[in-house]
Amino acid sequence: MTSIPQQTGKQQLGLVIDLDICVGCHACAVNCKEWNTGGHSAPLTDEEPYGADPLGVWFNRIHTYEAGDGAEGQTVHFPRSCLHCEEPACVTVCPTGASYKRESDGIVLVNADSCIGCKLCSWACPYGAREYDHSDGVMKKCTLCIDRIENQNLPEIDRVPACVSTCPASARHFGDLGDPNSDVSQLVKERGGYDLMPEMGMKPVNKYLPPRARPTSNAPSPTPTSTAAAAPGGTGSPFLDWVDRTLSR
Amino acid sequence: MYPAYSVIFFTTASGAGYGMLVWLAILAAANAVSPGLASGIAAFAVALGLITAGLLSSTFHLGHPERAWRALSQWRSSWLSREGIAAVVTYAPALFFALGWVVFNSVEGNWLIAGLLAGIMALVTVACTGMIYSSLKAIPRWTDATVVPVYLAFAMSSGGALIVTVLTILDPLASHWFWLVTLATSLAWALKLLYWQRIDNAAPVSTAESATGLGHLGTVRQLEAPHTGENYIMREMGFQIARKHAARLRMIALLIGGAIPVLAFIIAGTVSGPTLVIATLIGLAGTVIGVLLERWLFFAEAQHAAMLFYGAKAV
Repeated sequence: MTSIPQQTGKQQLGLVIDLDICVGCHACAVNCKEWNTGGHSAPLTDEEPYGADPLGVWFNRIHTYEAGDGAEGQTVHFPRSCLHCEEPACVTVCPTGASYKRESDGIVLVNADSCIGCKLCSWACPYGAREYDHSDGVMKKCTLCIDRIENQNLPEIDRVPACVSTCPASARHFGDLGDPNSDVSQLVKERGGYDLMPEMGMKPVNKYLPPRARPTSNAPSPTPTSTAAAAPGGTGSPFLDWVDRTLSR
Repeated sequence: MYPAYSVIFFTTASGAGYGMLVWLAILAAANAVSPGLASGIAAFAVALGLITAGLLSSTFHLGHPERAWRALSQWRSSWLSREGIAAVVTYAPALFFALGWVVFNSVEGNWLIAGLLAGIMALVTVACTGMIYSSLKAIPRWTDATVVPVYLAFAMSSGGALIVTVLTILDPLASHWFWLVTLATSLAWALKLLYWQRIDNAAPVSTAESATGLGHLGTVRQLEAPHTGENYIMREMGFQIARKHAARLRMIALLIGGAIPVLAFIIAGTVSGPTLVIATLIGLAGTVIGVLLERWLFFAEAQHAAMLFYGAKAV
């Protein structure tokens, strides 16, 4: 059923990611790949992993951004995965019912047995959270490690998503964001946790904690000296550049 | 967005086929044709052939074409599912309409009702196709109010060009039908110009700052991508080769798909004999090339919000 379940005040499992603490080590992405390539949506296929143009399915990708300029500028490491939205467009566009939001805990999942691989869910997601597996012909995405968090064979301390358990800086937190008294909800409240692209109307469950304010420094900001840059818009290939120039004439 | 040829072929071919069904229904209702074996077989074979070829091509890009039937189940929420159902349902009145036309040489009474139902369902199907794209908030320009009308108008333009061509050869139409097709083609390109004007002037919906939530720190720039190569999202959503040349391609599309067919069909409406056939064929050729270019640009120019995480500034 691809309609969103009517849930009120129920469990909404999700992640809280602390951008102040994340050191951009990619350990969460690596452990995610490691666990999930043997988990619920296994395998996370890699195509030509040792070739010139490798391509593969990952549920978690770590960007690094610069925000602000000069002395006020900051480098922010930014892990990005499925946000398990309250109103996920990826679920409602699915023509087969393969894409669904679990009524019990709000986790957004794909039923690989009924997915036809039309890719429309990936078009509907503004967060780029869904990745198509060309080898399996189905869409794959973060499962919030349902095969860990409910796994009675694991010690209780390990019943958290792989990305959370592996983070060496404790920048990732897992819990029930539908319960205002949970640890994660309290953390979001304390630190001003926010939604990504709220204007898209998907109501993401996962929250991001902003970098804390830096102590202001009186040191003069360094002036940029290097002005050398590659030719703007060049592709690096003389032939493609020529095609581009010819068509632009 | 990556302009996949299967999707371009599906939307243009089935759009033209559904447009033909609408024109056939209008012609029947206006009593403007003499239904017969040759004209009926030709017209319905082209219309239903294009629809069927388009539907089959749309399954080619599926990861699991053998499960395509499952796509008919989620009509409550999914425009893709609704489109699939509308497409399948349209066959019933369309085949009944064809039966009357071809076998019983009649487009009156119940045959006409079937024809009108086929025409209405054809329009519903094309509107559903437009809504699939128009309902995607992640591609803000596609949510423009002109998207569905443009899909409908191009179906009528390309379907009209095909119907006058088929009937010119087998069962010539009165000249005012050429002028109605000219009108449909003019309307389609006028709406497309409006779409282009609106998307060029639309205010950004999302930015790198709103995507990351780091706008309070200043301008957000990507310092390091998650990986040195590409990924599925970048290939599917990051296509942007056309953008630098988009303005030029728009002009080419407007000239070949708009100006040439309009002139050709106006001429076709005033002449007869070989000149009529040549003018009609030129009009059809221009229309086909134009609608393919228009559809290619529709995908190639569209910017997806996910690319904000990969260095795009605003969508």
